[in-house]
Amino acid sequence: MFRFLLGRLAVLIPTFIGVSIIAFSFIRMLPGDPVALLSGERVMSPERHAEISHALGFDRPIVIQYFDYLLGVVQGDFGTSIVTKKPVIDQFFELFPATLELSLCAIIFAIVLGIPAGVIAAIKRGSFVDQTIMGTALVGFSMPIFWWGLLLIMLVSGILQWTPVSGRISLMYFFPPVTGFMLIDSLLSGQAGAFKSAVSHLILPTIVLGTIPLAVIARQTRSAMLEVLSEDYVRTARAKGLSTFRVVGVHALRNAMIPVITTIGLQVGVMLAGAILTETIFSWPGIGKWMVDSVFRRDYAVIQGGLLVIAGIIMLVNLAVDLLYGLINPRIRH
Amino acid sequence: MSQAAATSAVSTDPSRRARLAEFWYYFSENRGAVIGLVFFLFLVLLAIFAPIIAPHDPTAQYRDAVLIPPVWQEGGRAEFLLGTDAVGRDMLSRLIYGTQFSLFVGVIVTTLSLVGGIFVGVIAGYFRGWVDTVIMRVMDIILAFPSLLLALVLVAVLGPGLTNAMIAIALVFQPHFVRLTRAAVMSEKSRDYVIAAKVAGAGHGRLMFKTILPNCMAPLIVQATLSFSSAILDAAALGFLGMGAQPPTPEWGTMLAEAREFIQSKWWVVTLPGVAILVTVLAINLMGDGLRDALDPKLKRS
Amino acid sequence: MALLEIENLVVEFQTATGPFRAVDGVSMKVHEKEVLAIVGESGSGKSVSMLAAMGLLPWTANVTADKLTFNGRDLLGMSSSERKKIIGKDISMIFQEPVASLNPCFTVGFQIEEVLRIHLGLDKAQRRKRAIELFEAVGIPDPAERLGHYPHQMSGGQCQRVMIAIAIACNPKLLIADEPTTALDVTIQKQILDLLMRLQAEHGMGLIMITHNMGVVAETADRVVVQYKGRKMEEADVLSLFESPKSNYTRALLAALPDNATGDRLPTISELFVDEPSLQGAAR
Repeated sequence: MFRFLLGRLAVLIPTFIGVSIIAFSFIRMLPGDPVALLSGERVMSPERHAEISHALGFDRPIVIQYFDYLLGVVQGDFGTSIVTKKPVIDQFFELFPATLELSLCAIIFAIVLGIPAGVIAAIKRGSFVDQTIMGTALVGFSMPIFWWGLLLIMLVSGILQWTPVSGRISLMYFFPPVTGFMLIDSLLSGQAGAFKSAVSHLILPTIVLGTIPLAVIARQTRSAMLEVLSEDYVRTARAKGLSTFRVVGVHALRNAMIPVITTIGLQVGVMLAGAILTETIFSWPGIGKWMVDSVFRRDYAVIQGGLLVIAGIIMLVNLAVDLLYGLINPRIRH
Repeated sequence: MSQAAATSAVSTDPSRRARLAEFWYYFSENRGAVIGLVFFLFLVLLAIFAPIIAPHDPTAQYRDAVLIPPVWQEGGRAEFLLGTDAVGRDMLSRLIYGTQFSLFVGVIVTTLSLVGGIFVGVIAGYFRGWVDTVIMRVMDIILAFPSLLLALVLVAVLGPGLTNAMIAIALVFQPHFVRLTRAAVMSEKSRDYVIAAKVAGAGHGRLMFKTILPNCMAPLIVQATLSFSSAILDAAALGFLGMGAQPPTPEWGTMLAEAREFIQSKWWVVTLPGVAILVTVLAINLMGDGLRDALDPKLKRS
Repeated sequence: MALLEIENLVVEFQTATGPFRAVDGVSMKVHEKEVLAIVGESGSGKSVSMLAAMGLLPWTANVTADKLTFNGRDLLGMSSSERKKIIGKDISMIFQEPVASLNPCFTVGFQIEEVLRIHLGLDKAQRRKRAIELFEAVGIPDPAERLGHYPHQMSGGQCQRVMIAIAIACNPKLLIADEPTTALDVTIQKQILDLLMRLQAEHGMGLIMITHNMGVVAETADRVVVQYKGRKMEEADVLSLFESPKSNYTRALLAALPDNATGDRLPTISELFVDEPSLQGAAR
């Protein structure tokens, strides 16, 4: 097991280095003068240009620059935002909880609905229920999520007026963040109606962000279950006289979950991409919206640092999924 | 050896026809897949004959007909069946011309991804060793970034526009094709027919592309249809964010970007382009499902 | 009264090319404490008939029979919850691929104790004790330690012993063994067969041995049913079958055995036997 972990880490390190090289080279690939871009000053005298160049380290050999950069990264320095002049890493930690809260809700939504849907579709293979579930999943999978969000806002917030349009909580509530999770903080604040407001703000974004993972998980669960249900050991379980619930829910599901866990892990990466669109539509102050805004504001330090951090997170999540996979699949554990 | 060569030369033609017939039998069983195919052909026709079918020029602005609702609503006009947008352009014509852009994106991105991914994947799977390791690490690096974010940043580097969006998306799709091809090549490489060809004197290039590759096509075809639909979605997303096709191009995602402010009032500007994207992608995914079921030997019932 | 009575069993599958009759009007009886062998080539429907009796066929199968009873109780008309009380307890079955027949995600101890809990209601300590006893009875060394092992950590022969242990856990009246030794090494085959016969004698079980191997038939069976393409060709006690087979098919089967070879070439069944349903007559 330990060797398994070590093996995975060995692969991770060169990948991370590659990612950092890309993030590092990125600014230098942009059209325009990197010095001007990073300092934010567009018109400079040659002396000023040389001064800033030296301060930023651009006059040194590129390999040294890269190692300086890497050294900074290891120490936690991911650069400074051109627009806000704050360290990128600080801004990241300010905004990350919002994305994390949304992503967690979305993946829970996707799992809680998706796995049972896939199991039911598999058990009732070929029936109307199966076709409906799979048809719905296919539609959810084929939808542009930014449009889905707009549509829901139009219908649910606009016409039905059940949920608010944007933000994490109604403007009338203000309390200092404790955990960064609005659901927890609103409860801790003790203000009447705060929690309810936080929940109602979360509903639509969760549905929008969770739709594609839901569809993918449902489809994957169904196909994994169909494969497992035709295996010999399921026949043995039936031959033991076990109830259908036990055969499917214990014997089959355990095995079907193995490939599904990998899918769920991959969905995290998909969700971070989807968060970009969801957060933009719902004005959700998370890192997705932050990245999009930075691209438009040409805040290249943020783009560079943000890429590195996000890639790092995805790699860690993939590692966690690999470990989980190793734990669940006894063939790897022993 | 000459016997093997002779039989393979003879059996290619009738066996291919037989395989095609068998494939069609399974594909046509899937009603959804056939519906998807029919609709897709309809879209292709729409795209080809857009100049003839569309009632108006998609970029023509009718200043006196701004934000007209569809014809069945109060205030609608017969000349603008689906209404007009914020600068008075006919929605129906824009949607029809949008088909051209979406299908174009799908074709280009899929072709680029297939060609690049197959080429790299075959080399990785065939030569193994350090070549394989390097290639797979590069793929891991690409996969470490969320796809849309990487595409977004790439377009920021290259400059906004549909062409750059397509290049960015194709790059982001590479790892999927590379991995798939590599896995297929690795499992085919040790099979008897490959060893036979090698003993007969086939060089690396011929072995890789003429002997092994044709037998790996099934999962690649399925992945290609998935890429086609994902490309359309991603290009629309980039257009929505303002980094893809630029206005006044009638690309469906770009149309949605311009529609954001009208959510509360003018539903047709918001709803219709999204519906266009949805049904197009749905049709392609239905076909993809049908293809996968027809090409996957495990699911065959007889 | 016979333990298992089957009369005119018909099993039809829905396939892409139309309905397929895997079992076509088969009848047989198994009595207590007797060993019945069902022998035939692949595709003769010998496994399918037993799977139908157990209710283990997929939904695409259509099962009908004039009579299908176990201990006098109608298996066909029974509700599935009723059937689940009998299957695994009074009738059990072991299969051809022992490693694949065990769930790779659970220990073998879990898989045997679950039967003890659900059918016999034993508590945790009782289950463990009984599981160890059963493992000892089937000849698994270090039973206490083995309980914590996973199927992929054990050999085919050991997995089959585990399957047998699970099958006899609740002292069944009838054990159906579907080609139990076909997937095992020759040396292990004999051990498993001996084990089965010993357990059958000790527990007084009825045993149905499904096989395509006439050697196994000779070694184990009291009576034999010969099946071909879903039909019963002959039924006789084992001695009579080998000495004076009545059906042409049985004769062809015996003649194709290497032991009975005369001349330079081993004949094939198709050379020796031509299927003429009208001439063979109804199965009895």
